[in-house]
Amino acid sequence: MTPPSLGSFLRLRATRQEQTDVQHEPAGTASPACPPQDILRRLRREVPGCPFLSQPEELRPYECDGLTAYRETPWAVAIPESVAQVQEILRICHALHLPVIPRGAGTGLSGGALPRRDGLLLSMARFRKILALDPLNRTARVEPGVTTRAISEAAAPHGLFYAPDPSSEVACTIGGNIAENAGGLHCLKYGLTIHNVLSTKIVSPDGELLTLGAEALDSAGFDLLALFVGSEGLLGVAVEATVRLLPRPPLARLIVAAFASVDSAAAAVGKLIGRGFVPAGLEMMDNLAIRAAEKFVHAGYPVDAAALLLCECDGPPEEVDEQIALAEGELREAGAYFLRVSCSEQERLLLWKGRKSAFPAAGRMAPDYYCMDGTIPRRAMPEALRRIGRLSKEYGLPVANVFHAGDGNLHPLILYDASRPEELKRAEHLGGRISELCVELGGVITGEHGVGVEKLDQMCIQFRAPELAQFHRIKAAFDPDGILNPGKAVPLLHRCAELGAMHVHGGKLPFPELERF
Amino acid sequence: MEVRLSKSMQDEMAAREGERLIRACVHCGFCLPACPTYRVVGDELDSPRGRIYLIKEVLEGRGGSVARQHLDRCLLCRACEPACPSGVQYGRLATVTRPLVTAQSPRPPMDRLLRWMIGAVIPHPVRLSRAISLARLLRPFLPARLAEKLPSGLSVPPPLALRQNHPRRMLIVPGCAQSVLSPATHLSLARICDRLGIEPILSPGSGCCGALFHHFGSEERAIRQIRRNIDLWWPALEAGAEALLIPASACSLMVREYPELLGSDPAYAERAHRIAAAVKDPADLLLSEKIDSLIAPSTQAVALHCPCTQQPGLVETLFRRMGIRLSPQPDSPACCGAAGAYALLQPQLSSELRTWKAAALEAGGPAEILTANIGCQLHLAGGTRLRVRHWIELIDEYQAQGLGGEVRPTHPA
Ligand SMILES: Cc1cc2nc3c(=O)[nH]c(=O)nc-3n(C[C@H](O)[C@H](O)[C@H](O)COP(=O)(O)OP(=O)(O)OC[C@H]3O[C@@H](n4cnc5c(N)ncnc54)[C@H](O)[C@@H]3O)c2cc1C
Ligand code: SF4
Ligand code: SF4
Repeated sequence: MTPPSLGSFLRLRATRQEQTDVQHEPAGTASPACPPQDILRRLRREVPGCPFLSQPEELRPYECDGLTAYRETPWAVAIPESVAQVQEILRICHALHLPVIPRGAGTGLSGGALPRRDGLLLSMARFRKILALDPLNRTARVEPGVTTRAISEAAAPHGLFYAPDPSSEVACTIGGNIAENAGGLHCLKYGLTIHNVLSTKIVSPDGELLTLGAEALDSAGFDLLALFVGSEGLLGVAVEATVRLLPRPPLARLIVAAFASVDSAAAAVGKLIGRGFVPAGLEMMDNLAIRAAEKFVHAGYPVDAAALLLCECDGPPEEVDEQIALAEGELREAGAYFLRVSCSEQERLLLWKGRKSAFPAAGRMAPDYYCMDGTIPRRAMPEALRRIGRLSKEYGLPVANVFHAGDGNLHPLILYDASRPEELKRAEHLGGRISELCVELGGVITGEHGVGVEKLDQMCIQFRAPELAQFHRIKAAFDPDGILNPGKAVPLLHRCAELGAMHVHGGKLPFPELERF
Repeated sequence: MEVRLSKSMQDEMAAREGERLIRACVHCGFCLPACPTYRVVGDELDSPRGRIYLIKEVLEGRGGSVARQHLDRCLLCRACEPACPSGVQYGRLATVTRPLVTAQSPRPPMDRLLRWMIGAVIPHPVRLSRAISLARLLRPFLPARLAEKLPSGLSVPPPLALRQNHPRRMLIVPGCAQSVLSPATHLSLARICDRLGIEPILSPGSGCCGALFHHFGSEERAIRQIRRNIDLWWPALEAGAEALLIPASACSLMVREYPELLGSDPAYAERAHRIAAAVKDPADLLLSEKIDSLIAPSTQAVALHCPCTQQPGLVETLFRRMGIRLSPQPDSPACCGAAGAYALLQPQLSSELRTWKAAALEAGGPAEILTANIGCQLHLAGGTRLRVRHWIELIDEYQAQGLGGEVRPTHPA
């Protein structure tokens, strides 16, 4: 008998089951029952000045983040605005074993900020002050609810910028970026959030204020900051961050190259990077994405192209000219039939805006989307895209591809209509098949959107039991009672065991021969 | 986003349209930072995404009172629309579904009374000026937040001395509140037209453009008023007036939306279209008549507040061409908090927005604050020591001082 594939179990996964699963995973010792009204009264009394929402109608708009397929009404929502309030809230919740789920702007795509029926949703949206900007040391000290874009805007008059720029930078918060270790369009050259945060103040699950990292490049002791960045709100609540600012490159120009086939665009990426060329950003959009984005920004993208590559060169003008000449040559040779190089900053930003808005712009094509986040080795890209195209046909659901081509981080966007029966399920199955494909091609199932609740099952595949147990020990070191964002990011071992019982035959994982990275 | 209309909503036209509009929203949150109320309050419920969700809940048969409260706190400034990559027509959604929301949760009597009073006074110039005279007598007895809104003295407009017999004509429509509270605005516009060789016809008996009722959700009263206006303005257009000049940007936008509101009324649809097409922004007039040569002495810069209803960038372009310097402004929410009767209905949020906006406008040390809408003008004036007026008055003043001012009329008189 052939062992069942990863895809087959992903297809078996029933969505509703998944949702209830999340609610009932015990949060350490936290009680799953709805906490009574007197807790709310106590919170209101002991944390004066902090709004607590508790009417069902007020709570529902908080029931999901950017991933609308998963929804759960929180028990209550707190919107504090001072660190002392956050500390007090955590102290009380800690004493009562009440789960607390931090939330930034709710743009996350893996359900990291998905509430719990028995938990308090802690919105950090009112922490939006830029506390200090130090142009000499090139740092900014900000509250966690400040949007990523706002940091760069504040730094602009000093000729500086904050490098990690997720597509959602207009809306997402630095707190959310730290929790997800967000990447961006320019991370190929400038790194992820983790490379650009110097220190952060956090409130621990029992309400203590701690500082992780330091403004100096290296600090004594364990690098807890590195551990905290990307911890998806499981280890503490970030209440302040000091980030590194970089000098704005003297010139940045963006090349837009159109290709008649996705294959040739994907191959062009390999060629460019193969030449040892590191563009500031290298992004790809397929036809569906191009058309959606064009409808919003009217940037003049060639809407008949099968794929577009956006390739940015920055640095001193002579260097930029040189890079552009080189890139243009390579792109043309790889089959680009149309090339456009931005001539002004305004044009460059507009061309980027289309790419950055491509996910939500796809909302013009279908009412709902499910955004995948696999990373594959660059050389496998043409094959991955071809096979995703075939799967899309097989499932009868359009898939738009918009992604960070430079580092092989795919974002297949499955378009569906949740109001049609079974379509969400079909989209999820298709998603599972795509994840399976990424793993098969030697990749991983998450690039930058985090695990949240959405990729818990896939975590069981990516990691073995001892590794997961280690993750749980780290969580327990920070949060012994398991009150912070319980049930997210790291699956409970019994969950994996249940999955494994279904899918792992003879103690073997699917594709055991493949090296993981 | 998916919407599952409740049984009772399934037969409602408005609910079906609401459903269609909400389905365009993908819950990405890109609109959050564009929304002035979200920036002040920081609560999802006071964001576009949250309000869309609240409307969705009502259409699905849940709740109503929270939705109404937070929709009442919406400025209807529509700053969220250009920010939305998915093309959600939030303004349309909020307006069509409002009756459904208020049906679920009727307003408290005091709120209704206040709305009724506003609707009974402001759109009627005669009643409004009487009310203001009366209120000024009573000023010492009024609550501070009302007293502060009273204009200190109704300025007596300088007489119009116009040249006669221009071959070209345009109809000037002063808004209801503007004609009473800031008559200098439309008189400035009239003088500018005159200098251009265009005879300004001041629309007789101008009343409300319909915006006030429309925003209150009293669609019927709005439509009645709009029909009346069309009947009133049509003869001038028939007699050859080239365009409709409306100094208040909010009224101007409303008139441009007439076809949408009267599209299915055979008696008015055609005229509504013609009238809407004839509306011309005063800044457009100046740009198209080419009086954009440098007129400004390089004195102190001015601060410009672009109303939510004004086409962004238009007045800035004109000022740049004329050499009028704009003072820099730090980032602030798009809306000043005036938003029609919002300042009266949501005094607290409105004044928080004004404080933020006024500080941003004053930051660059301007000589005065200019805007393009009477609502913003009066509202901002209550929150700053600087003079606030319509930008058209500044241009008129420069021209009157002969600063590069004798324009190049296309038809010399
Ligand atoms: C259209 C679109 C495009 C996107 N593009 C990108 C992209 O290019 N790159 C990328 O990396 N991501 C992208 N994302 C995903 C998302 O924007 C990021 O994950 C972002 O970092 C989430 O920030 P947020 O403020 O919205 O956090 P939320 O979604 O509110 O929360 C995310 C997680 O962070 C935790 N959290 C939030 N604030 C805090 C805090 N103060 N302390 C502790 N934990 C906290 C939450 O508990 C949750 O687990 C995109 C999303 C959308 C909708
Ligand atoms: S930007 Fe548009 S699609 Fe995104 S949440 Fe706002 S309204 Fe919905
Ligand atoms: S119309 Fe203005 S106030 Fe209302 S939701 Fe949109 S941006 Fe916010």
